[in-house]
Amino acid sequence: MTKFPRGKTAIVGAALFGGRGAPGYDPDEIAGIAARDALFDAGLTPADVDGLFVTHSNDAFGGGLQLAQYLGIEPIVADNSRTGGNVFQSYLERAAWLLDAGLINVALITYGSNQASATGKLTSSRKPFAYEAPYKPLNPITSYALAAARHMHEFGTTKEQLGHVAIAARSWAALNPDAANREQLSMDEYMGARIICDPLGKLDCCLVTDGGGAIVMTRMDRAKDLRSKPVSVLGATSRTTHDQIMGMPDLTTTGLAECGKRAFTDAGLGPNDIDVLELYDAFTINTILFLEDLGFCPKGEGGRFVEDGRIAVGGSLPVNTNGGGLSCMHPGMYGLFTIIEAVRQLRGECGDRQVNGAKTALAQGNGGLLSSQAVAIMAVD
Amino acid sequence: MTEVSSDGGPNAQYAKFLAEGRFMIQRGKNSGKAVFYPRAYAPGTGEELEWVEASGKGTVYSTTVVRKKPPTPDYNIALIELEEGPRLTSRVEGVEAADVKIGMAVNAQIIDGEEGPLLVFIPAGD
Repeated sequence: MTKFPRGKTAIVGAALFGGRGAPGYDPDEIAGIAARDALFDAGLTPADVDGLFVTHSNDAFGGGLQLAQYLGIEPIVADNSRTGGNVFQSYLERAAWLLDAGLINVALITYGSNQASATGKLTSSRKPFAYEAPYKPLNPITSYALAAARHMHEFGTTKEQLGHVAIAARSWAALNPDAANREQLSMDEYMGARIICDPLGKLDCCLVTDGGGAIVMTRMDRAKDLRSKPVSVLGATSRTTHDQIMGMPDLTTTGLAECGKRAFTDAGLGPNDIDVLELYDAFTINTILFLEDLGFCPKGEGGRFVEDGRIAVGGSLPVNTNGGGLSCMHPGMYGLFTIIEAVRQLRGECGDRQVNGAKTALAQGNGGLLSSQAVAIMAVD
Repeated sequence: MTEVSSDGGPNAQYAKFLAEGRFMIQRGKNSGKAVFYPRAYAPGTGEELEWVEASGKGTVYSTTVVRKKPPTPDYNIALIELEEGPRLTSRVEGVEAADVKIGMAVNAQIIDGEEGPLLVFIPAGD
């Protein structure tokens, strides 16, 4: 197999729109506005885009075509894959290969959601599964709760350790003016929160917000002539292991255990080389599972790893520096926002929450019910 | 070429068995490896499958309680690992939702669910 085009492509534009609420906007408008702003950030316009990668919160057949029309472009690649919140890392992976192969020259990856304003709930067009739906799972939380319960059983992970994940995320959100929840969280408050699906309670769950984002990619030779500081793509990989949680081969190991390794190999880096880590924390158990699967600690040690504030502000490993899906924003599919926060950290644009001297970052995406995983590793000179 | 069965696809065949009060699973004709949920062939290999009566014996692999606001009762959702190997989603009845524990031995039972016959599990007892 051909090797990933390490460092041959770059993220040259990034933008966010409406994360604090965008009532009265529809998802295509939110995605479209973020797209234009990301293109302008790079010094490009919609007309430069020939590869469009898009999904949004109430996507359906023909998804993506509407946004192409909205932007007024005729892309030669129009990708509307919907594996879940990880798809943005997968879009980035594909865009890197397609750019390097010369099929496209400018890739636009974008997402928009009005789920909080429109419904106040997590929006999902997922079809019910005949061998699960009659038992009335409250998905996605039921599935993540089953994974958390199994992790506790196998490794002795505790509810307090899940709490440390939530508290750490809030410590970062407190430094981020764009985060939805900025008040410090205490362990007492966490432990007192209403349980929804044992062992997960309200404060183990991500926020439900609006919001859109976009990134723009091109080949490194062109990136150097553009307006913004290029963020080099060193590795990007994906792996899908199942759909429903009953089909997950091992409830305590995700597809990241495989594709994370592959991404590190492509990048020529290891976990110790990563300055900033942005994980898809839809639930507190995610952060623990993904730290393990990506090799930041051994399998089963994730709970103990987060215990001493290691991933909080002031800890040795900066994780989810925007406050994450738990405390910053979560418009339904969060993967793009881990990439955007990584890009902003690498560009040094993060103000009070800036990780000093950040040169490398890993942004991870999770889709479905721990079903589909993807990783992007990025760097600046 | 695969022929169309007059019994319908594997999903329809499974539902018919369940309506007859039978919990059937599939196994590979050569490998003997058990498969659930019903499929037209074995996942991964494409091997031909045949129906067999499940033992109904299983173990709780993971469990959660869906907490509802009173007066709606809380309820259990569990992943059950069948003795034959496959794992499935169900619930454990006959015991408080919160008392269902990982590792608990359970037996299958077919009950009248809201939308027809439904496979649930009850603690195996001593």
